Amino acid sequence: MGAQIRVYRQKIASTTSTRKIFKAMELIATSRIGKARTRVAAALPYANAITRAVSAVSSQSEIDHPLTTEHGEVRRAAVLVLTSDRGLAGSYSASALKQAEGLFEKLRGEGKEIQAYLVGRKAQAYFDFRGRDYEKVWTGGTDAPEFATAREIGETLLETFLRDYEDGGAEEIHVVYTKFRSMVVQEPSVMRLLPLEVVEEEVTQTGDLLPLYEYEPDPEQVLDALLPRYIESRIFAALLQAAASELAARQRAMKSAGDNATELIKKYTRLRNTARQAEITQELSEIVAGADALNAS
Amino acid sequence: MATHGELEVEIVAADHFVWSGPARSVNARTTNGQIGILPGHTPILAILEAGELSVEPVNGDRLEVGVDGGFFSVDSNRVVIVADNARVGGSVSPEAD
Repeated sequence: MGAQIRVYRQKIASTTSTRKIFKAMELIATSRIGKARTRVAAALPYANAITRAVSAVSSQSEIDHPLTTEHGEVRRAAVLVLTSDRGLAGSYSASALKQAEGLFEKLRGEGKEIQAYLVGRKAQAYFDFRGRDYEKVWTGGTDAPEFATAREIGETLLETFLRDYEDGGAEEIHVVYTKFRSMVVQEPSVMRLLPLEVVEEEVTQTGDLLPLYEYEPDPEQVLDALLPRYIESRIFAALLQAAASELAARQRAMKSAGDNATELIKKYTRLRNTARQAEITQELSEIVAGADALNAS
Repeated sequence: MATHGELEVEIVAADHFVWSGPARSVNARTTNGQIGILPGHTPILAILEAGELSVEPVNGDRLEVGVDGGFFSVDSNRVVIVADNARVGGSVSPEAD
């Protein structure tokens, strides 16, 4: 009898202490989301300025740049998959990987080879466990990405893209990342990074009409300098969005874990009380029975 | 749109906003050499060299900004300087990276 109460007490104690951890992680994630969202917003002016400049160049001169030309036949596609370093973020990494699997499937169906580039230890573990090959992996700091990482990734991918197929290059580059729509909605999505599809700005007002620029030193070199930056800024944006999504997913996962723990504690407390009451009742009836036996004799 | 002889300058770095405000002139170093931008400059897109660029604001002291490369665009008196890494020196306290 007493043993049962002790078991419940132990369960309550251990659930209470894990709940404290969940609560702490939820609070940490919540405070970091704000920061991550500020960083997403802080990177916007740069991205906008670059996009504007690129579309200005592309709308005026016929661009014939290796980064924007479509290859006639795509034999190999590189895919960059963004996941988290740490778990405890609900289905965040799993759904990004699922999205990636879907993309792999599609690309394979089109007769393309896949070359994987990974970000985050979760993706690495997923690939290692299945014994699959990947070109390169970046880990560390997925919840607070640095621009330097984005630049490194950008350089690697560019290099892959510019290499010939025979030397292990890829003719297409895709990025799988989790878009941060809102605190409750984050959706895994795919973006084709290279060859670039330069989105020409919709001219809505006459004031928005892009002026006729002069280039210094010349359009080709300006484009040469612009496009890699454009790519880096897009990768950085994807990294930042993924980081915000990761934190939001973690916050939600930790919140529901904490709620479940509260629920469990409530259940165990009820069970403990029942057990205690049963013990008391039994003791009482034993005493009463004992007294009756004495009176009868 | 600033029309009365003032430049509207905006300096942005990859992960943060650096400075913006009205200015009288901007001096920058491009791959071809030094370039000075005054109000009414023709639209231009140029590559920045690593080094210092200076902005002469309408109010306040001259602003020196160290950049590691990037580019800038000028159109209708709007100057957008996009730097890979920008540090404001001189009168303004350095921006935390």
